[in-house]
Amino acid sequence: MLIYEKSRQGRGSSLLPACDVPDHPLPEKDLRAEAPGLPQVSEVDLSRHYTELAHKAHGVNDGFYPLGSCTMKYNPRINEKTAALPGFTGVHPLQPESTVQGCLQVLKETGEALSAITGMEAFTFQPAAGAHGEFTGLLLIMAYHQANGQTQRTKIIVPDSAHGTNPASAVMAGMSVINVDSDESGCVDVAKLRELCESEEGQEIAGLMLTNPNTAGLFDPNILEITRIIHDCGGQVYYDGANLNAVMGIARPADMGFDCVHLNLHKTFSTPHGGGGPGAGPVGCRAHLAPFLPGKTVEEKDGVLTLAKPAQSLGEMKDFYGNFLVAVKALTYIKTLGAEGILSASQNAVLNANYMMAKLRDLYDIAFDTKVCMHEFVMDLSRLLKETGVSAMDIAKGLLDHGIHPPTMYFPLTVHEALMVEPTETESRETLDWAIGVLRDLHQLAHTDPEALHQAPVTTPVRRLDEVGAARHPVLRYTREEA
Amino acid sequence: MEFRTDLSYTKSHEWVKLEEDTATIGITDYAQDALGDLVFVNLPEEGDEVEAEAVFADVESVKAVSDIYSPVTGVVSEVNEELLDSPEMINESAYDAWFIRVDNVTDHTEFMTAEEYEAYVENEQE
Repeated sequence: MLIYEKSRQGRGSSLLPACDVPDHPLPEKDLRAEAPGLPQVSEVDLSRHYTELAHKAHGVNDGFYPLGSCTMKYNPRINEKTAALPGFTGVHPLQPESTVQGCLQVLKETGEALSAITGMEAFTFQPAAGAHGEFTGLLLIMAYHQANGQTQRTKIIVPDSAHGTNPASAVMAGMSVINVDSDESGCVDVAKLRELCESEEGQEIAGLMLTNPNTAGLFDPNILEITRIIHDCGGQVYYDGANLNAVMGIARPADMGFDCVHLNLHKTFSTPHGGGGPGAGPVGCRAHLAPFLPGKTVEEKDGVLTLAKPAQSLGEMKDFYGNFLVAVKALTYIKTLGAEGILSASQNAVLNANYMMAKLRDLYDIAFDTKVCMHEFVMDLSRLLKETGVSAMDIAKGLLDHGIHPPTMYFPLTVHEALMVEPTETESRETLDWAIGVLRDLHQLAHTDPEALHQAPVTTPVRRLDEVGAARHPVLRYTREEA
Repeated sequence: MEFRTDLSYTKSHEWVKLEEDTATIGITDYAQDALGDLVFVNLPEEGDEVEAEAVFADVESVKAVSDIYSPVTGVVSEVNEELLDSPEMINESAYDAWFIRVDNVTDHTEFMTAEEYEAYVENEQE
């Protein structure tokens, strides 16, 4: 039930404090003709409404959440505590630099820490999310080519295992997308890539977008050769940081040959994914791209921090400094863990994924089965579907009945009936063993009582949703008449 | 799975009915089954030029968006706009739910007969 449906004329709450500044009337033309239709409820009903919604939702605090490529690690409470400090919350983006030295220090130190982890030289914090970071990084690459008179370089290479946001961001940046197939091992087909780059088309290539480890949870063994092929034809290489959680402190994108990178602070650096707050997709780049960065970056002059616009800045990607408090949370995380802790976070993320994969591979087929995966692995349920009629969707729904959020489904597109599992480093061995047990039981159930899985979930507030109906006939807003 | 003998088929799972220099094009029963319930279709416009083996449309299911490749080179003379509002028609009857008609066909990709396509699909499922 929506809060609007619980609204009764005349009810209210005294949650807002009395106004402690003088009234400043707005011009008549800016005033609305009638009061907005806001819900009117008492404080207790409001409180119960949100508690009820919380009971219907599933977050990392409710249970295991192995959503592949999303890195649903635990978000430590201390992050919220530092982000709520009045020195960070009580500031205005336009106040004098001399009065916000602490905030500038946070941006500077977070940039330095991310540079240490990725090997990049400079960072912008303007992008508000991963795809926004991709868009920013691609505009950086375009600005670089244009400054060098290489205006014909408008084509970007994207492997078929890429996140769907990659080609979408490229098209938004005014580029056209060339799809390159994966080889049988699930990695970039180097021969095909070389053929493309050495053809006449090579002169039109702006660059390559790559996630490494890729969406199948595999670290591309040919990464140095791949980045060299792109550089040899005059292109730039973009690192999609979605899977950075596997390699922190172990391998740096800059050393792999990447020129720029976006990171998802809400994945790798333990800040909330939406809901609890906005995301952040800071973009880092090597020195040759730094003059084109958007917004302002922090510089130090005689011990005083100041903001400066890069020389050939491509403009603004978002107002001011991006979602600043997300950077505060990420810096808190990095400082709490320290250099050794960051390394062991990645090591444990990889260990946990391998542990689950090893305990499941006798029942579930592993896509592109290599002996070792990175921080996530992809199960291919095609055989189970053929033998029992139970699909990846049915297993995912079955997991819901056990209080487990399903893994990423039907992605990557290169694997049919895919379930992509990313346990993250914050899960204990007991939790992993329990989840492995549930997955094994469901596999058994698929053979003994497939109908039970077609019916799942049965314990959730709503049963199986009509996804097709919702996509074909979406209802996107509440209208009062319907109440 | 249905395979109509009066149609030609492509490796990328489109069906074609080629009559003189006019082609009617859709996706096969196997394709709609593999894609699952379709929720959105993106079609070209009348007068657009299509090229053999190039993308001319895309379809979206709950799982993914997929490109549809043109089996012929020519000019779009008619578009089945009913599909825009009712993409489920493709799932219900793939061979009746044509996407476009193309005139002035000057070239086409390699076609398979129904029998050859059935064997091809069986092989792909292995």
